[in-house]
Amino acid sequence: MGKYFDRLMEDVRMREGLHSCMNCGVCTGLCPAAEFYDYDPRQVVNTVQMRDDEEIEKLLKSDALWYCGECMSCRPRCPRGNTPGYVIQALRKISQEDGFFAESEKGRQQLVIKRVIGGSILSEGYCLYPKLVSPELHPEQGPVWAWIHENDTQIYPQFSPNYRKAGPGPFRKISEATMDEIRRIFEVSGGAKMFAAIEEHSEQKAREMGFAGANDSYIEMIYTHDSGTHTQR
Amino acid sequence: MKRTSWQEYQKKVADDDYYYVRSCIRQNFFPGSEKAFLNIIGGDLGRSIYENPEHTTCTGIGYHSDIVPMETTMTVVARQFALLTESGRENLAVSCITSFGLYTEMLETWHEFPETEERTRRYLKEATGREFRKPKNVAHTSDIMFHHREEIARKVRHRLVNVKTGEPLRVVDHIGCHYAKLFPKVGIGGAEFPHVLAGMVEAWGGEVIDYPERRHCCGFGFRNYLVKANRGFSIANTHKKLESMAPFKPDFIITNCPGCPMFLDRWQYTIAEMEGTTYGQDGVGIPALTYEEVAGLVMGYDPWALGLQMHQVNVEPLLDKMGVKYDPAAKYLGLNGKYIGKPADTAVNINCGTQQVIRNL
Ligand code: SF4
Ligand code: SF4
Repeated sequence: MGKYFDRLMEDVRMREGLHSCMNCGVCTGLCPAAEFYDYDPRQVVNTVQMRDDEEIEKLLKSDALWYCGECMSCRPRCPRGNTPGYVIQALRKISQEDGFFAESEKGRQQLVIKRVIGGSILSEGYCLYPKLVSPELHPEQGPVWAWIHENDTQIYPQFSPNYRKAGPGPFRKISEATMDEIRRIFEVSGGAKMFAAIEEHSEQKAREMGFAGANDSYIEMIYTHDSGTHTQR
Repeated sequence: MKRTSWQEYQKKVADDDYYYVRSCIRQNFFPGSEKAFLNIIGGDLGRSIYENPEHTTCTGIGYHSDIVPMETTMTVVARQFALLTESGRENLAVSCITSFGLYTEMLETWHEFPETEERTRRYLKEATGREFRKPKNVAHTSDIMFHHREEIARKVRHRLVNVKTGEPLRVVDHIGCHYAKLFPKVGIGGAEFPHVLAGMVEAWGGEVIDYPERRHCCGFGFRNYLVKANRGFSIANTHKKLESMAPFKPDFIITNCPGCPMFLDRWQYTIAEMEGTTYGQDGVGIPALTYEEVAGLVMGYDPWALGLQMHQVNVEPLLDKMGVKYDPAAKYLGLNGKYIGKPADTAVNINCGTQQVIRNL
């Protein structure tokens, strides 16, 4: 007992985010994820504080770990000074390191986030850039966005002296020297290792599920599939 | 609680000599807001602002969707601080709530757990050869606008007043979760008494309307919006906010966070398409503006130079109420005044008055 708990406690977010939970449910009452998903942050925190390895492992493999939107609304209002959102961040780290994320429908989605956002950070130096938000993948953005997307070279330069060019301004081109620094930071500090773990465990899971690997069809599936089992009944 | 409770949450905001860091989200959706900030604070108010083009994402969206580990984010943040140190400036002006929350979180973590700062310094040195000093002052750019609100009020061209009735415009605010929920002491008004935007609205003549879900998340929820299968979370939370504010008949929404204006703007379109519901007066949407756009209008900037044509919900009803003059024919022009076509009409972007037709419902 306590194997996962001890490992979780190595994460400073756990030391900051979990003292002792009295199961009052305030966090669940205000949580935007609990409002629409079949989800209870109080229970997540309680499972962790009970230190039961089996129960924690179940949680690491479950959809329940992936509903939280990290809004941190729970942080200022917990009467015990806990931050369930921090506890969830620490759990998600371990779930990805150990490959448990690939066991749940919502957890598997980490691969698409890694490829899209992670890829953008390492290639462009931004979490996202206009061409990434395509109207096909984002129909909810509406016709004005489609117009912007189509006319980007006519619109963005009105607000940036250096649209996709060197120099200051929004969506400037960030130099290769800087991008090398960012990539080295990822190598040195564990970011690259985390990306590799997400890829490796996803590849394994994709094959187990009958795909030829973590290819485009697998990505399409994890990006769009909703089993309809996540909301409250 | 007393109306003045926000005053217990004050912070010191530097008056000049800013070092500006940009937002990944805003450069996509509302790039005119950052331009307006630099023009107003740097140009009109004559403060000094420096931007180093070699700064990057803080990794915030990656961090809060858990693909980027904390140690990596800390080191990227440390690199931003190294660029600040090398510039000789000390006052960080952050254009993004996610980044602002993150910079604050990393500084607080280094303070609480000094071994994490030592490790970060080691990683940064090894990866880049750089060293850093911590900023003396960290402000979100809305803090800076709040700080200068009275000076802006003295230069006002259009007050937040309905020119026809003489009544103050009714404004609802959304301050963005990571502005003050992470560390209430760093937000003006803290997490529960949001005042950073309300202070601007009041200084410029408007009336702030409280509404029950004022503090609720806008619906971004990081991985919840990023993945198509999860977007129900996002629209459901925005829907909750819109339902909560609509009965108070706001003239517009003022927002703090980079993602929030986008969600409060775009999801109005989606809800209209899905359910036929529009939340504004006269069957249109409620314009959702950034505080820089509001400041720009107040100071007499041209709406299209502020980028208001990039909103899905039309802003013309608000411009008419404020008495702002604009050229409708100039709305959809590209570079050098070239006409580049216009977006398709929908329920939430039809101009009220001239074309009161609700289509696509
Ligand atoms: S609000 Fe705090 S004490 Fe109450 S259930 Fe949530 S974590 Fe536990
Ligand atoms: S951080 Fe997560 S658990 Fe906390 S309120 Fe937000 S969505 Fe709920």
